[in-house]
Amino acid sequence: MKIAVRLGSWLAAALLIGLGGLYMPDFYVTLLNYIGLYALVALGLVVLTGVSGITSFGQAAFVGVGAYTTTVVTVNLGLSPWLGLGAGLIVSFVLALLLGMITLRLSGHYLPLGTICWSVSLYYVFGNMSELGGQLGIGGIPPIEIFDWTLDTGRSMYCLIWICTLSAMLLTDNVLRSRIGRAMRALKYNGEMAESFGVNAARMKLFVFIYAAVLAALSGWLYAHLLRFVNPTPFGITMSIEYLFMAVVGGSGYVWGALLGSAVITILKEVLQDILPSLLGRTGNFEIIAFGALIIVLLQVNRDKGFGLLFELFEWKPWRVEAAGKLSKPARAQSAGPLLSVRGVTRTFGGLIAVNNVTFDVTRGSIVAVIGPNGAGKSTLFSLLTRLLDLSGGHVLFEGNQVDHIARHELVRRGISRSYQHVRLLPDRTVLENVMLGGHARTDRGPFAAAIGLKSEQELQLQAEAERQLSRLGLDAVRGELAGNLSLGQQRLVEIARALASSPTLLLLDEPAAGLRHSEKESLARLLAELRSDGMTILLVEHDMRFVMGLADNIVVLNFGMMLAEGRPREVRSNPAVLEAYLGGVPR
Amino acid sequence: MTSEIVLILAQDGLVNGAIYALLALALILVFTVTRVIYVPQGEFVTYGALTFAALQRGYVPGVVLFLIITGLIAAAMEIRRATLQSSPSRSLFSASLYAGYPLVLGMTLYYITGAPKSVAMQVLVTLAIVAPLGPILWRIVFQPMATANVLVLLIAAVALHLVLTGVGLLAFGPDGARTEPLLDVGVNFGVISIPAQSIATIAASLMLIVMLFWAFTFTLRGKALRATAVNSVGARLVGVRPEMSATVCFLLAGLVGAVSGVLISAITTIYYDTGLLIALKGFIGAIIGALVSYPLGAIGAIAVGLIESFSSFWASAFKEALLFGLIIPVLLWLSVTRPMKDEHE
Repeated sequence: MKIAVRLGSWLAAALLIGLGGLYMPDFYVTLLNYIGLYALVALGLVVLTGVSGITSFGQAAFVGVGAYTTTVVTVNLGLSPWLGLGAGLIVSFVLALLLGMITLRLSGHYLPLGTICWSVSLYYVFGNMSELGGQLGIGGIPPIEIFDWTLDTGRSMYCLIWICTLSAMLLTDNVLRSRIGRAMRALKYNGEMAESFGVNAARMKLFVFIYAAVLAALSGWLYAHLLRFVNPTPFGITMSIEYLFMAVVGGSGYVWGALLGSAVITILKEVLQDILPSLLGRTGNFEIIAFGALIIVLLQVNRDKGFGLLFELFEWKPWRVEAAGKLSKPARAQSAGPLLSVRGVTRTFGGLIAVNNVTFDVTRGSIVAVIGPNGAGKSTLFSLLTRLLDLSGGHVLFEGNQVDHIARHELVRRGISRSYQHVRLLPDRTVLENVMLGGHARTDRGPFAAAIGLKSEQELQLQAEAERQLSRLGLDAVRGELAGNLSLGQQRLVEIARALASSPTLLLLDEPAAGLRHSEKESLARLLAELRSDGMTILLVEHDMRFVMGLADNIVVLNFGMMLAEGRPREVRSNPAVLEAYLGGVPR
Repeated sequence: MTSEIVLILAQDGLVNGAIYALLALALILVFTVTRVIYVPQGEFVTYGALTFAALQRGYVPGVVLFLIITGLIAAAMEIRRATLQSSPSRSLFSASLYAGYPLVLGMTLYYITGAPKSVAMQVLVTLAIVAPLGPILWRIVFQPMATANVLVLLIAAVALHLVLTGVGLLAFGPDGARTEPLLDVGVNFGVISIPAQSIATIAASLMLIVMLFWAFTFTLRGKALRATAVNSVGARLVGVRPEMSATVCFLLAGLVGAVSGVLISAITTIYYDTGLLIALKGFIGAIIGALVSYPLGAIGAIAVGLIESFSSFWASAFKEALLFGLIIPVLLWLSVTRPMKDEHE
């Protein structure tokens, strides 16, 4: 049903646009040409800003790179426009790679500022190189030829522009619905969480950045051969801002938003340029006042969602799948000896020793709990084990291999998966999608495979695996709900389901019982015991003594960063040092 | 290149650098207190310059009308809030201030005094028109989304920049303006004569920097601003109103912008759309100070001024391209020295 709606909307759009190209008067063909060109750039921004949370004010500069490269290739060197396209894509790719490597490492707000600066810089390069015609621009760009067909009119370019735009939208839509799309959304929501499920954040950001740049360059190539003339003005900062506005207006994270946003802004601009001069009695680009005001109001009403709320109505609700095969269990080397060995682990913050020389083992198939009063260093220890913090001393062995300096996104591939004390689920995605993110590292379907629909079997297997984990935790009924609508207890279970979807050898749970009702705690304890009997090893950090005492095989007690005691629950319970720490002294 | 040219370029660079330093300061101030990356700060410079130029030519610029309109919008927003509150007196007071001040100022200028004749009064009136736009625009644009993340606030700031550029074109027209220097004498330093205006600019900028520093270190209001900058929830708990801090900080930023505009208008021709470039140069300075350190930001801005003036001698066509390209090594350096952080505030 849903797939029919999706297919239908694509066909309808293609048909409408195709018929429009045949029968519309020239004025509208021109207008739609621009909408298509802008939508291509806005599409890159939807992926970049809307989905992945990276803001760029430099897209017009990449459009310029595409346009000027093909100009140099065709006019200055006299070669074919198709070589111009290839060159433009390569140049924008390399440029985006270099700029991305420099700026993407920076925290949030430097990136947009950086993009403003280098796009202004590129603008002045375009405007001042005499080879590129300076401010006056450069003309005589040859039309594109496809075999014997010369695309020398707006109407003939119309076909090429819309084929490019619609296919880019379709391919992008496929990517956004895949494992890669889930990883991007996770990245926007919380980079650290994405990494702990195996997303290589740095590489993913770079990929998205380059993708947006290449789309912009494609738009620039089409633009140059449509107008057959380029000058620096359309590649300046104002146009970059307008592109971003298109993405914001269209709504964050939906490919159709790119089309809607570019249509709204382009038509509005056209109308305002007609009306405003007569209204104000003089000419000038006064439409920017209206644009700015519109964006401010929109941001105040619903932040950066724009008209995206409209698309949410048509969002994908998961239907059950029949997968042909099961997702294979990751093959991991097993070693003799304890699964996890914590050896003399120490962490200092300045003069403060938060974790001091902690040593313990976690044997295969057991539940080990780390407990201690507030400020004992439990959370720090947890962060050390999950690579959120670097060790100051000691080391951590997993399956006999040192894991205290590997990349954060590697941990889950080794078989260590975690839950969060403060729930980190994507609140506006479905429960099923959240759990599928957990299986990210077990699958390898890349963006190109996803774009053209290869390896779709793997996606189905992953969904089946996620559903299996959901029904194991009794969450069948809420699989299609948005994660943000669940109760805290259910959200914690979803966190565990997500961790289980990665098929871990070791499950790290950060205060899983915090904030749960009594009955919820009991069922959680039953569930963990069940997982243990299936052979899972669990290490949990917990506050609640009673919860831990009945469940854990082994307990490690921390106080002031030091190990106070270690042993079976019964031993720990009667340990005078533990009683002292918890109760403040033992009556003699 | 002779030593004379070096001196002249250095002097040019220092003067521009001093103005960029003022901007960098305002940008850091606004960012640390309210997390807004205040792109429209450049428009306050152009508004200051063009208002001053209009007053010198003897007419009251249309921006006064803009002040009145935005003041009324802000007042309307305050009144709407007052209707939702149990004790609306504070909102009503704000509303009367937002509406009253621009109206009184506008009526006086349009119907009673006209453009003032003395230079000192012209400067004062310029500041009186431009600076209050800071808090008014904050109230309209940023206050309703004060809890949004940095990137949403940045997009809003860019949108505001567009609005102000368009309004600038409406209010001042497309022609550039350059004002008479406030001080039209030169001081001889050996081989070259330095215009007194340049010295005054550097002095004024230094003075403002010292004053801001003093206010932040020793006054209660300044300490409240710093407290808001460190942790706005914590500041609220000890009785600092973040809204008050934001108002003060946008007023200061508006004032600094207007002063910069008055100073720069005698040095270079200002158009309605010059603001963004000026603000970006301030930003490069501020970024060198990593958006938090005032002294580093000021030093960075002065370096920007010097690089600008020397590169205009060697490669004048590529002056801007070079200057903005310069940000890349700075960002590279920042990216190596500052580890990546998630942006979830």
